[in-house]
Amino acid sequence: MSLVGAKVLRKEDPSLLTGRGKFVDDLSPTNTAFAQFVMSDQAHANIISIDVSETIKMPGVLGVWTAADFISFPNLPGGMTDFERPVLAHDRVRWAGEPVAIVVAENRYQAADAVPTVLVEYETLDAVTTVEQATAPNAPMLFETRNSNVLTKVPMLDDLEKHFTKSHDRASLRIVNQRCAVVPIETVGCLADWTLDGLTIWATTQAPHHLRNKLASWLDTPQNLCRVIAPDVGGGFGAKIVWYPEFFVAPLLSKWLRRPVKFMQTRSEAMVQMTHGRDQVHEIEVGFEKNGKINALRMVISQNLGAYGDPTGLGLATLTGWMAAGCYKIPHVSTGFRTVVTNTTPVAAYRGAGRPEATFSIERIIDLVALKTNLDPVKVRQINFIQPNEFPYETHNEAVVYDSGDFPQALDECLRLLDYDAAKAQQAKNLADKNAPLIGIGFSCWLEIAGFGPNGSLEGFGHLASWESAQIRIAPDGSATIFIGSSPHGQGHETFVAQIASDELGIPFDRISVIHGDTATVLQGIGTMGSRGVPTVGSAVKVASERLMVRAKKIAAHLLEAAEQDIEVKDNAFNVRGTPGKKVSWSDVGLTSFQPLRLPPELQAGTLEERLFHESPNFSYPSGAYACVVELNRKTGKVKIQKMVVVDDCGTVINPLLAEGQVHGGVAQGIAQALYEQVSYDTSTGQPITANLIDYLIPSAPDLPNYIAGRITTLCPNNPLGAKGIGESGAVGSPPAVVNAVVNALSSFGVEHIDMPVTSEKVWHAMNGRK
Amino acid sequence: MIPALFTHVPVTTVKEASDALLHYGDDAKLLAGGHSLLPLMKLRLATPAVLIDIARISDLRGIREDKNKLVVGALTTHEQIENSTLISKYAPLIGAAAKLVGDPQVRNRGTIGGSVAHGDAASDLSVALFAANASFVATGPKGVRVIPAVDFFLGFWTTALNQDDVLTEIHIPFAQSPNWSYQKFTSRSQDWAVVSVAVSGSNIILGAMGEIPLRAAKCEEAIASGADLEQASNFADEGTSPSSDTRASADYRRHLAKVLVFDALTEAKQRP
Amino acid sequence: MTVVRIKLNGVPQQHDVEDRTLLIHYIRENARLTGAHIGCDTSNCGACTVLLNGKAVKSCTVLAVQAQDEEVTTVEGLSGDFNGLSPVQEGFRQQHGLQCGYCTPGMVMASTALLRENPDPNEDDIRHALEGNICRCTGYEMIVNSVRWAAENGGGK
Repeated sequence: MSLVGAKVLRKEDPSLLTGRGKFVDDLSPTNTAFAQFVMSDQAHANIISIDVSETIKMPGVLGVWTAADFISFPNLPGGMTDFERPVLAHDRVRWAGEPVAIVVAENRYQAADAVPTVLVEYETLDAVTTVEQATAPNAPMLFETRNSNVLTKVPMLDDLEKHFTKSHDRASLRIVNQRCAVVPIETVGCLADWTLDGLTIWATTQAPHHLRNKLASWLDTPQNLCRVIAPDVGGGFGAKIVWYPEFFVAPLLSKWLRRPVKFMQTRSEAMVQMTHGRDQVHEIEVGFEKNGKINALRMVISQNLGAYGDPTGLGLATLTGWMAAGCYKIPHVSTGFRTVVTNTTPVAAYRGAGRPEATFSIERIIDLVALKTNLDPVKVRQINFIQPNEFPYETHNEAVVYDSGDFPQALDECLRLLDYDAAKAQQAKNLADKNAPLIGIGFSCWLEIAGFGPNGSLEGFGHLASWESAQIRIAPDGSATIFIGSSPHGQGHETFVAQIASDELGIPFDRISVIHGDTATVLQGIGTMGSRGVPTVGSAVKVASERLMVRAKKIAAHLLEAAEQDIEVKDNAFNVRGTPGKKVSWSDVGLTSFQPLRLPPELQAGTLEERLFHESPNFSYPSGAYACVVELNRKTGKVKIQKMVVVDDCGTVINPLLAEGQVHGGVAQGIAQALYEQVSYDTSTGQPITANLIDYLIPSAPDLPNYIAGRITTLCPNNPLGAKGIGESGAVGSPPAVVNAVVNALSSFGVEHIDMPVTSEKVWHAMNGRK
Repeated sequence: MIPALFTHVPVTTVKEASDALLHYGDDAKLLAGGHSLLPLMKLRLATPAVLIDIARISDLRGIREDKNKLVVGALTTHEQIENSTLISKYAPLIGAAAKLVGDPQVRNRGTIGGSVAHGDAASDLSVALFAANASFVATGPKGVRVIPAVDFFLGFWTTALNQDDVLTEIHIPFAQSPNWSYQKFTSRSQDWAVVSVAVSGSNIILGAMGEIPLRAAKCEEAIASGADLEQASNFADEGTSPSSDTRASADYRRHLAKVLVFDALTEAKQRP
Repeated sequence: MTVVRIKLNGVPQQHDVEDRTLLIHYIRENARLTGAHIGCDTSNCGACTVLLNGKAVKSCTVLAVQAQDEEVTTVEGLSGDFNGLSPVQEGFRQQHGLQCGYCTPGMVMASTALLRENPDPNEDDIRHALEGNICRCTGYEMIVNSVRWAAENGGGK
């Protein structure tokens, strides 16, 4: 029985379920000291002085450090010249929450007492929190070496005006994709132990090898003396790719104090120090025909980067521009963008990283075209779809060639699961009954760019490239250990890797272990992000297994005195096809692989090890069709999701349970963005006003619906598994389905658009004709 | 996350609690379930030097009948109130409100006394008890006072309890009318009320529409003079001063008050 | 400072701690059981949920000293017939009720408490019983399925 495609229960679970997981804060070697940042309480200010005279007298305090102590060290890696971020604010703070000093104490209680005694004198400057404010004339400059807050700008090459004027009609929309906080339930932290043998640092990171390489360079230490371990990581969603300052200063503190040093953010610290997501504004123009066919699409993106250009934050607008046309065959597409710094928390990748923003906009545009042409939004999608026989499909950007998909089939399946006719009938019935809630039906046909990725396109993106590694080792008893370069934070890598390997190797699932996240045991890896787990590391495992099997079969053939081509593997043993009873076990083969005299002459001891770095020639393009039915309370405006249908095409599914879990989680975050979440700032002072979980609304179980999940499958032609990845799909596809449904419900009020989060108050305003 | 240093002083009788309050003065606060106080202390918005822990005063637990009222010990948890047969028989409004406080873990620790003593206008129990014409029994150095709800809530996080009072019991008269309702509008299920309304007989009380739970006096008058429910509920925001925050603007709260009053009156009227 | 005695998973603990020590820190740092986790500082997320005298509480909002001479059960104190896992733990495993595992101990304890009080909860009951526990990975449906599985296979043992 093939394990690939089966609902195999997870290897990871027993340990996590019994509280035996090892998250960073669970690790406390003897003598660990606790470090905590002193954060700026000003959004934009010059630092006049820092007085630690009371702090050093506080009980248990081992020391206080400021930027002066790190002056011989570089800024944090990956930033843009003139806009780089220091480990600690030097002479200026640029957002409320920026670290200004470090207190280390014997324990976190004493650190918490000491931190408030650090007295920082500030000269308050004007603060800007939005792109509009930051680019207004006379806006305060965050970086005085430049006289602009615009970091990067790629203007549109062509404004497509002639195509708009030639169209039957045109429409425009300004869309705000609001800033979200990522909020994995585990915050960011690290434990650094720098002894005379070298440095080991356990960190909440999605990319341990990248971190090790950067850290070693920053610390001016050879990589062999710098070990980074990502232990169990409690969710990441992109925010744990970031090179946080604690990862860099903790090793030095450990070295200087000669003891292990731990940082662990409280949630209030995390709300302002963990990178945020989204925060784009789009100005969109569309030209279309009477039948809904879109001729031209123009999109200008403004990306709020926060106070510093994070390496992943800088790339978001590019990805958005790449995916601006979604599933549709639009002859003329033009995009441009600018990225702007403001006095807010830095923005970086967050589940979907630029693609949810693109999808939201194109899917809202489709519905706007439907409104203007008085056509069913389903029809407008269908008439504009790229057809299944048009792949590979070259988009308006040469880096982006969609590989495969069947958008019409996905939508058909979605309509079937939705029972579109019944939903429309109920909608009409409720409209006529003023005691019944208003019903809205919304769709989202989306695709996204995943499986990061091919080397060529990603040079500029630092760690979003490219290959991924897997190394398989067979032990003398025939059991296997697989070392992978992509480490999980909930995706189930240990399980799906073992499934793939088990099918190829014929070794039982329970006799395969998977090791990840440790730079001392895994040669090199990129990490887990960009929905690349199955496509890259899964493919690496498959190919490595195939190559190893060639030699394993040679050994078996030699032992069985049979022809290699007649050897097959099944149930932990090698058989000879056509000769039942003649077999050797994997244990026999494993043992033999270390016994030179018993091996075929062309093989050496230790031959049953294979390492592979798998490179994809292209990204992969998961896609899907989602539908949402909402009920709007006519009096309060409260939105309730009655039905959420999600049809995904992720190519080959390794484990349906894991795949569906990823979709559920992504959809939950998408619905949360659509209805609940918003990072808010006081626009005059720059103070964050949603910096804890009372005010920042992450929904819990009664606030979210069930999900009706379906699947279609078109294989990815770019990797041996045919898998596209699915980790971000739910977050990409769901927000527009929800918002389209709300706008649809409000169509009798003449509403054309509503910005996220669609709170009950916004709906109430819309129903009453105000903004 | 970490409270400032304090000294924990456990007591086992009301007298010990009173004496301790006298002794420590303004340095001390009472600790019951801790679910109003500890969250503030963890954010260092409150830094009492002494916590007088009254949670083990057994006299302050339990619900009993006393002629035509229920006597509820101040340490009774929301969960106990939610599941009490006496409450569901004689004061179902209170049980309905208790059921909506926070989440199950909060309800297992939070107490009725702690909740009302905190003086938050959004407190579900405060609003419901006000509508039920409850009284609050305080024991102080000068003796015992029975404070009717109408005199109990004074301002933002301020009640008629003095620094040296221990709230010992809550008296809830048996509901005279079968008409009651508790309506609560929240952003998420576990949240504090954005706006709430408690109706008991002719009483209509609003939560989170000002610094204290407020009587919707104009609504009550309108009903008394024969207005229909919709007309009456239009007066819901009169005399209120709701705030604007990230959850809702003052305007929207005013609108919600009207909607919830209407819904509450409708539900109350439909009870047999 | 107070010497706080707590029976933790049936084992008597005794530690001399500052009065302000939160129960979650007593459990994790004094008793060194790291199953219960910390996810927030405003009593919203429920990752710290344990049973105090059998009732689900947020141990970040309880002082250790408030649990003096009481019984506390954490996820490490659960066990059962499913290769050592309790029905709730096995339900989460069977129905993929966990991904990163960080909120899981709190979810498992809250679910266990639910099933001990209500052995046959419907979906609405389960969602409301878990309203004080936040998960960012699963979207909750598979957690609901996990609790239903446990209800049908031994309940809140």
